[in-house]
Amino acid sequence: MTCNETDILLHALLDGELDAGHAREVESHMESCPSCAAQLRAYGELQRAMPAAPLRYTAPAGLRRRIESALPSAPPRASSRRSVLKGFAMGTALSAAMAATLVIAVIRTDQDQRVLGDVLSAHVRSLQGDHLTDVRTSDQHTVKPWFNGKVDVAPPVVDLTAQGFTLLGGRLDYIDGKAVASIVYRRRTHVINLFVAQDAASAHRGAKLDAMQGFNIRRWSAQGLEFFAVSDVNAEELQEFVEKFEAALHSASGT
Amino acid sequence: MTGNGSGGRHDKARRFRDAALPHLDDVYTLARYLLRDASDAEDAVQECYLRALRHFDTFRGPAIKPWLFAILRNVCRGEFARRSGPLHTMDSETDEDEEAVRPLWQEPQVSPETEMLHQRDAKTVRRLVAELPEPFREAIVLREINELSYREIADVVGAPVGTVMSRLARARCMLRKAWIADEAEQGLPT
Repeated sequence: MTCNETDILLHALLDGELDAGHAREVESHMESCPSCAAQLRAYGELQRAMPAAPLRYTAPAGLRRRIESALPSAPPRASSRRSVLKGFAMGTALSAAMAATLVIAVIRTDQDQRVLGDVLSAHVRSLQGDHLTDVRTSDQHTVKPWFNGKVDVAPPVVDLTAQGFTLLGGRLDYIDGKAVASIVYRRRTHVINLFVAQDAASAHRGAKLDAMQGFNIRRWSAQGLEFFAVSDVNAEELQEFVEKFEAALHSASGT
Repeated sequence: MTGNGSGGRHDKARRFRDAALPHLDDVYTLARYLLRDASDAEDAVQECYLRALRHFDTFRGPAIKPWLFAILRNVCRGEFARRSGPLHTMDSETDEDEEAVRPLWQEPQVSPETEMLHQRDAKTVRRLVAELPEPFREAIVLREINELSYREIADVVGAPVGTVMSRLARARCMLRKAWIADEAEQGLPT
């Protein structure tokens, strides 16, 4: 065995990764080569000087909580829907009527869930590969006109860089089978997709927060538009984003 | 999206929780060394666990820790590479390429090996390890701190065991040199 080979194999010896035959070969080389023997001692010393435990880090409690809360843990939601149907089958006119309204509510919720599912998929898709922006610029006056003729709304685009949300650009996306505008912001390493669509309900609805697969989705409507802000930032930061966006929107339309 | 099979989904989540959460500190430790930034590390670990849950069906064992590490590494290389600089540029590295690398790490044989190392506090050692260039930092963290076998490291980084071994050899050589240089800088007696 040569010194060159031993140079590397002595590490495997230290790590207990050599089979008996090779270990014996390395050791016998050491006996006749003081330089390699000194190296083995030196690296053994290094290994002893860096015990693993103090070099480890402990995950912050907040991180553990966030991961745990992202795991589905509530009892399966399906059972509640099943009990609604059971109620429907029970019979009396009253209960049937009540159940009917419940069924409508359930169907509405399903529709909502589907839209949220679409929103979430669009967000996740946008993070894959190079699909985040179709128009990439931090200039709000470039992003807004880019949507002309591509979607049936004129999405408000505001620059929130000063408020800690950097405008990255815009993208065309599809939610619920319709083309919608997505305005893309960045918060530190997190991407926020703000989807803007025509408001189907045409009524002002308050903000609502949903959490799906570890992402937060805030949906609200204003000025005849429906907004969905999606991101993996925490709920408070997403709320902050919505507030900053609304504030900028109001001051823009006020002047 | 429907409730169909949600019982299975919860069962999967529970199995995932039991298998993966005990390794959170290890995954976070690796992220800290790979990204060298506490808040980036948190983000990467969270993303890693979400991806791991999504792909838990494809996990075939035996050990989940290397699997989580491999996912974390992908996360770090993807979204976080921009911020932390390239994790490494030696993807196409083969055993033959190692030959070209060799002279670089043979040179220090001038012999720090007779010198005794001083015990240093954890903070200093963490810093010395963090200052190693990739992929050597990764190799030494996986081996010395996360205590993976060569085979497991090879699986995590997607390189042959021989490459792992030579990276580790070079990593230790660099670390020892940096350690001695740092001692000299701190004016510790030789």
